[in-house]
Amino acid sequence: MTPVPPTYSAITLNINGEKYTLPVDHRTTLLDALREHLDLTGTKKGCDQGQCGACTLLIDGRRAVSCLQLAVAAEGREITTIEGVAEGEQLHPVQQAFLDLDGYQCGYCTPGQICSALGMIEEHAAGWPSAVTDDVRPEAGPPPLSADEIRERMSGNLCRCGAYVSIVQAVAQAAGAQTAEAEEAAA
Amino acid sequence: MTTTTQATAVTGAVGTAHTRVEGRDKVTGAARYAGEIPFAELAHGWLVLSTIARGRIRSVEADPVLAMPGVLAVLHHQNAPRVTTDYMSITGTPDPTLAILQHDRVPYAGWPVALVVAETSEQAREAAEALVIEYDEEPHDVAFFAGRPDVYTPADSVVPTDEVKGDMEAELAASAVVVDVEYTTPEEYHSPLEPHAATAHWDGGRLDVVDSNQSTMWVAGELAQLFSLDPASVRVRSEHVGGGFGSKGVRPHQVAAVMAATVLQRPVRMVLTRRQMFSLVGYRSPTAQRIRLGADSDGRLRALDHHAQALTSTVHEFLEPSAYVGRVLYDADAHRTTHRLVRLDVPTPTFMRAPGAASGSFALESALDELAEKCGVDPIALRARNEPEVGPLSGLPFSSRNLLACFEDGARRFGWADRDPRPGLRREGRWLLGTGTAAATHAAGVGPSTAAVTAQADGTFDVRINATDIGTGARTALVLVAAEALRAEPGRVRVHIGDSDLGPAMFAGGSMGTRSWAWAVMLAARELRERLALGGAIPPEGITSRSDTSEAVGALAQQERHAFGAHFAEVAVDVTSGEVRVRRMLGVFAAGRIVNPLTARGQFIGGMIWGLSMALHEEAFRDSASGTHVGADFAGYHFAANADVPLIEAHWVDDPDPDDPVGIKGIGEVGIVGAAAAIANAVWHATGVRHRHLPIRPDRVLSANSAGGSSA
Amino acid sequence: MREFGYQRVLDVSGAVALLDADPDARFLGGGTNLVDLMKTGVERPARLVDVRELPLDRIESTRDGGLRIGATVTNSDLAAHPEVRRHYPALTQAVLAGASGQLRNMATVGGNLLQRTRCGYFTDVTKPCNKRVPGSGCPAIEGEHHNHAILGASDHCVATHPSDMAVALTAFDTVVAYETADGPGELPLADFYLPVGDTPHLETALPPGALITGVTLPPAPTAANSRYRKVRERASYAFAIGSIAAALDVEDGLVRDVRLAFGAVASRPWRARAAERALTGGPATADAFAAAADAELAAARPLPHNAYKVTLMRNLVVAVLTELAEEASR
Repeated sequence: MTPVPPTYSAITLNINGEKYTLPVDHRTTLLDALREHLDLTGTKKGCDQGQCGACTLLIDGRRAVSCLQLAVAAEGREITTIEGVAEGEQLHPVQQAFLDLDGYQCGYCTPGQICSALGMIEEHAAGWPSAVTDDVRPEAGPPPLSADEIRERMSGNLCRCGAYVSIVQAVAQAAGAQTAEAEEAAA
Repeated sequence: MTTTTQATAVTGAVGTAHTRVEGRDKVTGAARYAGEIPFAELAHGWLVLSTIARGRIRSVEADPVLAMPGVLAVLHHQNAPRVTTDYMSITGTPDPTLAILQHDRVPYAGWPVALVVAETSEQAREAAEALVIEYDEEPHDVAFFAGRPDVYTPADSVVPTDEVKGDMEAELAASAVVVDVEYTTPEEYHSPLEPHAATAHWDGGRLDVVDSNQSTMWVAGELAQLFSLDPASVRVRSEHVGGGFGSKGVRPHQVAAVMAATVLQRPVRMVLTRRQMFSLVGYRSPTAQRIRLGADSDGRLRALDHHAQALTSTVHEFLEPSAYVGRVLYDADAHRTTHRLVRLDVPTPTFMRAPGAASGSFALESALDELAEKCGVDPIALRARNEPEVGPLSGLPFSSRNLLACFEDGARRFGWADRDPRPGLRREGRWLLGTGTAAATHAAGVGPSTAAVTAQADGTFDVRINATDIGTGARTALVLVAAEALRAEPGRVRVHIGDSDLGPAMFAGGSMGTRSWAWAVMLAARELRERLALGGAIPPEGITSRSDTSEAVGALAQQERHAFGAHFAEVAVDVTSGEVRVRRMLGVFAAGRIVNPLTARGQFIGGMIWGLSMALHEEAFRDSASGTHVGADFAGYHFAANADVPLIEAHWVDDPDPDDPVGIKGIGEVGIVGAAAAIANAVWHATGVRHRHLPIRPDRVLSANSAGGSSA
Repeated sequence: MREFGYQRVLDVSGAVALLDADPDARFLGGGTNLVDLMKTGVERPARLVDVRELPLDRIESTRDGGLRIGATVTNSDLAAHPEVRRHYPALTQAVLAGASGQLRNMATVGGNLLQRTRCGYFTDVTKPCNKRVPGSGCPAIEGEHHNHAILGASDHCVATHPSDMAVALTAFDTVVAYETADGPGELPLADFYLPVGDTPHLETALPPGALITGVTLPPAPTAANSRYRKVRERASYAFAIGSIAAALDVEDGLVRDVRLAFGAVASRPWRARAAERALTGGPATADAFAAAADAELAAARPLPHNAYKVTLMRNLVVAVLTELAEEASR
């Protein structure tokens, strides 16, 4: 048998452009490292099983759930949490849209929704199709960011208060998408 | 877009859209919830729950676990601090589930049997999972089904369990049209996104609990009773709450945190896992409901008989009052609404958004649709025909009843007039299309509250009231109410809430929170403005006016006080795959004066989404062999995701409550009532098949449509 | 969760050497299934070998016109790849139908193939489960099984395989490549998952300690006209209750080539070979599609609460093949 390997490591995490060095129990998820060790509590724990999206943040620019990401395995990657989204006092347009259009109620899923929206807008800009895209072939071109596309792409973030309608409007506004429904709702 | 109520405000604060005052904190992640407040020397607790559904604990093998890294304590029935449940709480006798670790009996699966405390949450979790507990298992019974022979009649509460008038069998016999059908709804879970969390510590002789709850006063009061403490020595704070929906009252995790903090004399945090929440924080009871309607051929009701069966645990009684809704909505010559309970080896159900009304309205408002079909009467016309002048059973006048105005406005906006009532006619590709409607109502209650409003020398104001904002927008609404009363700009008003030291106030529940708090804030602010009008300088400590609404609330004349609403839904059903998609929903509500249209819209639509979710998704599975849940997580317990929810509109008609100083009725729950029925009625209109069992899952649509009849 | 060691590896030989030396070790890819199972106690590895940074993250065209997809390619990158979207659109659709955007950004191709069932008895260590604890029993058969298997199950286990991606890969005759301490090997996906029988805990034919290095999709002109359709109890972010990957080539009204695989009906992605045989060379009509589905589903052994899946799969075969036949004739 192999010797018992160490179960702790000293790691350095790159979070919102800053380096944090800390010892971690290998069992510690990135989510718990942020919340319990680094006092970065903006990233929320809703289910701890990858089934709600409340812990969504960006890893190397892509959205990910931090409850299933071990902290030790996140070393060397660029992590952006909700605390790193605004530019100083200046809210990011996605944050401003959630605030203005009331894209939340209790606010607990909100940091995850906002980080997810940031990643989603980039994914769409890169031309990625979604499960509701009629024709996924590259020749068909990128799908317009309709309300249905936003709904599908944001479905990994559950909101129990039921703020989905204004979440979709906030994402559409921030993405600069003029969906027919957003126009209808504003009329 | 929306019809707002008449603005009586001088500043126009009330009735004007205002973004949430804590909004910036919520979108930047700065808002801290209960499990996020740092404490030095913090220890972490983890509850161990029973894996058997009934029996006794034979042994708790604590020693090996105490030797594990970081483990500080293992508490169980032989060594945990004693608590008492021999008291009355604001909801009656306390649920004995709160008295955790006091004896060896296990009354259901998921009952707390031990508490492990360790230096880190990872250590606590691993130790809790390693703890070996031996049981003497006894046979259990968790099977809930209609017509169980061992049902019993629960005691009357604020409202009678059974209400009866007229000769039911005679009126049914005299009816030209009779509907006699059974409906069921499953176990449903609140599932707030923020799990229950509490940190307890002793601070200079005072117990301080940072918690996520719907009333710090309620939690502080019960913790004082449970641990036999002077109420003044307990402080509970709850600044931001990630949803509650009825589940965030006093629960075992707070008791566990206090026990561990007391034993270890250091701060202890308890955070429930999502799976634990399916055992420890209550749920909506499943129901089996039989409805008999008898009517003349034109749809006038002669008989309304609504019998509702629900379950409770063997340790505590909770009644899901599903049949209440008919006592408000419709009159009939013979009118009977009855409830029965069965005791099973399961956790005690509790209040969940629109208790009784949500499940009961699904049955009653579906049955009305079935009656409309049989009579050949338009569903809205049927409701108009049965609109009561006074309370059907009480004979009391309605404070205001604008149900028909909701239907009229909604029908116009939705395009109901063009509807062909025949089912199964509209097709678009693989989808059959249909529309449905249903009525909504919810009690407009109020509870006593105290408030203090202080004018500061710098021209700003501080409002202190022990309110809780569980996402309703209460904090912002109270700013607007105070600003209006003070004739001040909302930006000059600060509101302090969520702290039991602020004094007694109503809990956030029953659609009563904002109404009750606004009343107290309005009275204190008005008095302060009168004092300020006398002139004179404001001293450094400010000038404070206080209010207590106990007397005014108690003096309200007895009337039928309710909010009302009308739901409209359009669905698409693929009967070859069983998929149901809601294409649009529209609700119009008569629910008192709307304080903040921006957040009110969210409350109504959120309720409607709960109705959609109840209609199509929500259902927990209980395995009868083990008595435990199967799939107790968000992969197994579905509620609506973004893709399930179409554009939903909420509107409101003028409906101020003349007896309320602000005019509020409460809006947190009326949005869910009837929403599931509107969708089920639309599914019938699309397919010709009645679905009387929620949720309307694909397998049920497939089975019903391939059988060619009404649902199984 | 048990304490465990962690090592990040940068080359394949180092990865397989570590697992060869420690049978209690597991490879960690995106972690979207393994970390969850470790939290719930279903998996209790002593060591994780992190393979995310292995140079297996490329998608390349093969000389014969197929595609080779590295094991650490994320689900997102797989779905977005132009060659996948162009030549195997059903594969892109299948991947996009699974999980959520954030999970697809993490999950890898290798991990997706090896994910475990979401049966509620399997994922709860307080319950018996033959797959988790051999010989402990299968309470699903008498209990909650409305989303369990109708094909290929046994008296020992009725769990389904949860992957969407693997259903499309199965339809396209994918071959899985792996590496062990003894060298490389290959397994057709058709033989990758073992029959349930009385050993539901033995799920794949991979040798012990093997690391999946990639999958190869052979050229399949038919796959350009392909579709994945998934039915679930919520419009998104839910596992299937029935799904189908289909590809169809029609000439002069006759089926020249057809590929059919079912998801959420068996312990593995279910290649519907009986249906394919019944269709090939025959008319591309709804009646023929229905007859072919019946030929496949004749082997179904539904339980009391999942018989609807027979109807569902039959309807899906007819609906999706009808759509593809219309596309083919365009």
